[in-house]
Amino acid sequence: MTLHRRAILKLGGAATLASVAGGLRPRPAAAWNPAAFGAKSLDEIVAALGGTGYAPTKAVSWGATPDIAENGAAVQVSITSALPRTQSIAVVIEKNPGPLAAQFDVPPGTDPAIVTRFKMAQTSNVHAVIKADGKYFVATREIRVTFGGCG
Amino acid sequence: MQGDKVLVRVLVTHEMESGQRKDAEGKIIPAHFIRELSARHNGRPVLSAQWGPAVSKNPFLQFTFAGGKPGDKIQVSWVDSKGDTRTDETAIS
Repeated sequence: MTLHRRAILKLGGAATLASVAGGLRPRPAAAWNPAAFGAKSLDEIVAALGGTGYAPTKAVSWGATPDIAENGAAVQVSITSALPRTQSIAVVIEKNPGPLAAQFDVPPGTDPAIVTRFKMAQTSNVHAVIKADGKYFVATREIRVTFGGCG
Repeated sequence: MQGDKVLVRVLVTHEMESGQRKDAEGKIIPAHFIRELSARHNGRPVLSAQWGPAVSKNPFLQFTFAGGKPGDKIQVSWVDSKGDTRTDETAIS
């Protein structure tokens, strides 16, 4: 992959919004899904996202995601899907109080790859839930946490 | 797709309070976190995210899309669990 261009944004707190952004506030396209974020198991989460079951996949690479995270407050997770027609990527941290950590809709033209930092309460399996061509796939990796980050 | 690949890095200042922590008096600190974040390139969505409270404090996000040109506008907006919202914009360099 050759990267020719970049865009870096640093967004401050909401308090300064009125003075900075004025009328410039389009709503994000995705509507927050309380059922999925309230679900307690991978099966429930996939169902709440609209899936009817899922298949395991090896077509996910984890980039620089660590095997052992010293600081559970900010564990950098990198997920890249090689599944054709990837439409969304969700991150499920099994042993967190709310296992669904994030969900990303990936439109055509955007690489099916995200990097984000998460809190992890303890050592846990982390699932990448990929929706590709209308079907759901899951890849799993264990991340060991030596100092939990939800407390 | 015409145009270059654009690497987008977003750093947001936000507490992302989980609702799991207690204050000095033992009371739960209420959850307060970004729920929805979207990025647009010249108005077209290039990534839409839903987040829970497990996204770390001062969230970081990186992704790549195709078809950007120098000077094109990248706009990122978020809405949090209290309904606060913010939008920022930058140009591709």
